[in-house]
Amino acid sequence: MTSASTASSKTPSSKANLSRRSLLAGSVAAAGAFSFGFAIPFGSEAQAQGATPEINAWVVIHPDDKVVIRIVRSEMGQGTLTGLAQLVAEELNCDWTKVTTEYPTPGQSVARNRVWGNFSTGGSRGIRESNEYVRKGGAAARMMLIQAAANEWKVPAAECSAEKSVITHKASGRSLRYGQVAAAAAKIEAPKDVALKDPKDWTIAGKPLPRLDTVDKTNGKKIYGMDLKMPGMLNAAIKDCPVFGGKVKSFDAAAIKAMPGVRHVLPVGDSAVTVVAETWWQAKSALDALPIVWDEGEHAKVSSESIAAWLKEGLDAPVAVVGNQNGDVKAAIAAAAKTVEAVYSYPYQNHATMETMNATAVWTPDRCEVWTPTQNGEAALAATAEAAGLPIAKCEAYKIDLGGGFGRRGASQDWVRQVVAIAKQIPGTPVKLIWSREEDMTHGRYHPVTQCKMVGAFDKDNNLTGLHMRISGQSIVAGLFPQTIQNGRDPAVFQGLNAPGPEASIGYGVPNLLVDHAMRNPHVPPGFWRGVNLNQNTIYLESFMDELAHSVGKDPLEFRRGLMKNHPKHLAVLNAVAEKAGWGKPLPDGVFRGICQTMGFGSYVAAVAEVSVSPAGQLKIHRIVAATDPGHAVNPAQIERQVEGSFVYGLSASLYGEITIKDGRVEQENFDTYEVMRLEAMPAVETVIVPSGGFWGGVGEPTIAVAAPAVLNAIFAATGKRIRSLPLKNADLKKA
Amino acid sequence: MAKLNVNGKALDVQVAEDTPLLWVIREQIGLTGTKYGCGVAQCGACTVHIDGVATRSCSVPVSAVTAEQKIVTIEGLSPDGRHPVQQAWIKHDVPQCGFCQSGMIMATVALLQANPKATEADIASEITNICRCGTYARVKTAILDVVAGGTLGRG
Ligand code: FES
Ligand code: FES
Repeated sequence: MTSASTASSKTPSSKANLSRRSLLAGSVAAAGAFSFGFAIPFGSEAQAQGATPEINAWVVIHPDDKVVIRIVRSEMGQGTLTGLAQLVAEELNCDWTKVTTEYPTPGQSVARNRVWGNFSTGGSRGIRESNEYVRKGGAAARMMLIQAAANEWKVPAAECSAEKSVITHKASGRSLRYGQVAAAAAKIEAPKDVALKDPKDWTIAGKPLPRLDTVDKTNGKKIYGMDLKMPGMLNAAIKDCPVFGGKVKSFDAAAIKAMPGVRHVLPVGDSAVTVVAETWWQAKSALDALPIVWDEGEHAKVSSESIAAWLKEGLDAPVAVVGNQNGDVKAAIAAAAKTVEAVYSYPYQNHATMETMNATAVWTPDRCEVWTPTQNGEAALAATAEAAGLPIAKCEAYKIDLGGGFGRRGASQDWVRQVVAIAKQIPGTPVKLIWSREEDMTHGRYHPVTQCKMVGAFDKDNNLTGLHMRISGQSIVAGLFPQTIQNGRDPAVFQGLNAPGPEASIGYGVPNLLVDHAMRNPHVPPGFWRGVNLNQNTIYLESFMDELAHSVGKDPLEFRRGLMKNHPKHLAVLNAVAEKAGWGKPLPDGVFRGICQTMGFGSYVAAVAEVSVSPAGQLKIHRIVAATDPGHAVNPAQIERQVEGSFVYGLSASLYGEITIKDGRVEQENFDTYEVMRLEAMPAVETVIVPSGGFWGGVGEPTIAVAAPAVLNAIFAATGKRIRSLPLKNADLKKA
Repeated sequence: MAKLNVNGKALDVQVAEDTPLLWVIREQIGLTGTKYGCGVAQCGACTVHIDGVATRSCSVPVSAVTAEQKIVTIEGLSPDGRHPVQQAWIKHDVPQCGFCQSGMIMATVALLQANPKATEADIASEITNICRCGTYARVKTAILDVVAGGTLGRG
């Protein structure tokens, strides 16, 4: 949780003081100074005029009982919108069928002293970080509504109760609907002590409810950023220098000025060119015809091979940053009866969101507004203000639901800067920038590259006495927030390998352990990619655990269990998955199993894969069983969907995903060369949800990490081949 | 200048004739339910029906479509959004981000019109649309539900 201004969010107990100020600070600012006849996705104009006062920052109730729940995390398909609404509605005791949602804007949040807290939607944090203060918002609103009814009846509030948006005074048999007392409730002082329900009493949260936002996704009505229309709007296509870090030397605008619809040919910063036209297709066609000369800069010779050689050198480099250590691994290896060693690697990946990057902006000398699909509304607002050269108070960013995020639309907001830079050159004209798929594929913020050298040491009785894991490669944090890196240390690179604790901890106890990192940052810009560093770290560790088990002739599950005595939560999930998958039980001829586990984004996860490999080397994944312990399960139906989706994302990456670099630029331009998983390859996925309570873990990401190692370990069981470099499409699985 | 029949309406559009049908539908006609995902016939987000056949509209120049051919987009699939396939999508809560789903639904309707008894194998070979959110399992379940219900054509 970062600096949200609600008093409640800072108090870990279930009771907290909600100050009146934090709940009722100011009115929501009128939405947007520009009037385009375009309905922005914020429905409280009436409220700005005082017709429907909010009960508090999270809850508005209309006289007809319609409940509006405010959501600030972004909906990108992961179901956070529905999950957060369930949590508020649960404490509000409202009628779920009357619930709608709306997004406060980042500008409104700034104006209200960040009453809604953090807007950032990434790291599977949407629910786990904000659940407490949004639930308190719902509970406080319920208490105020009950108090308003009690005041009207002149009875103590303690004699009244509320269920399904109706307040009842049992003794006298009277009742009032929420809509009837909402106006009075809004004037009541916010309660100081707010108790939350025990999750075992939940009736809305914790239930597998359908999503609130499905219907419009089935009839073409849902408006994505790419679909926005405004009167007088122009459309922009963009080309950034194909070599990262290069610049535009020159372009010949005259050559395309006469093409249909072309209005402007403009530089964007020093590295990109845009064509602005009446339609996007005209803009793209003209841009493709535009002669551009690039100054490719110092990285024009870099290739995947040169990057791999640099990373390889890091595997044995004398200088490395320690991430987790106990005992003396060097001594353990030196004294070992037997050592096992292996080197692994993981390639660049593109997020390849289904909807490419896009944003719409209008700039005038005293105001700039942007509409965009973003995972972080506040970061979009900050990027807008910076690029516009205006104070934040004169800017606004409106969030549009995303056609996929996966981390791409979070930290960098690079496309927002671009659209504002374009709009600034055409004052007063709305301009919509859409990236072509080619631009999106070649100018991503890529899943970083790393290599890993693993060394395991056994004593003469085949006990694992030492484990050294040396990671060499790229740091996402160094790429995005270089100022935060000190002495080459990026704690995020050790995801899933940390010492015991609540986040991303390793699941094994080894007497002598060393996990260290030699940072090597190529020029390819890295980004948070769904699952982040847990993905490759789990492949490295869990594949190698399998190698270690086989090297001493032990069952991979038994071998792991032997190292997990002090890691009960990791072990419980591993056991749950093994049981559900029937580990050790017979399988159809030619089908083999692999198993793995990890912990990250606050959750414990494990998977078993069942695969077969044909004599020709054709892999088929028949079945995946996944188990997750996210502490609390807010909506089991949506968790199942997230787990299934995460396996598609993870398996897509391990089967096909690979961005390669040649002459300093990305070689893949579209889905024909950057292949992704399709329905045909989708295995049956069974999800076991084992919430053990007491903590809040994420759901969207952690299971991605167990997709690949479960499959890789099953491939070894099937073929005896240990795949240490991804994607699998490059591996020959034919039986030797 | 092109003459088109979209969702039952005859339209005249002013547009260069090599413009892909997708962009004519989105920009000239203003129907944005049909999506752009790749532009090279790889992803299926732009799928529409031309005379009932699922077609990736990003790769069809508008000049290749005649005024007589009937183009149907997601907006024209049913008057009220209650085509059996749309209903199955809602019942099974298929969409995640939803961006690929217009194309998925249009591809599915065309498949089931041609082959109302589609099997899992038929679905695997015919539904080649990309969904980056990974809704494939639910897509499959929803299609099989429509097949089992035999509701296609009755909606
Ligand atoms: S946009 Fe037409 S197939 Fe992808
Ligand atoms: S639902 Fe998001 S791409 Fe398919």
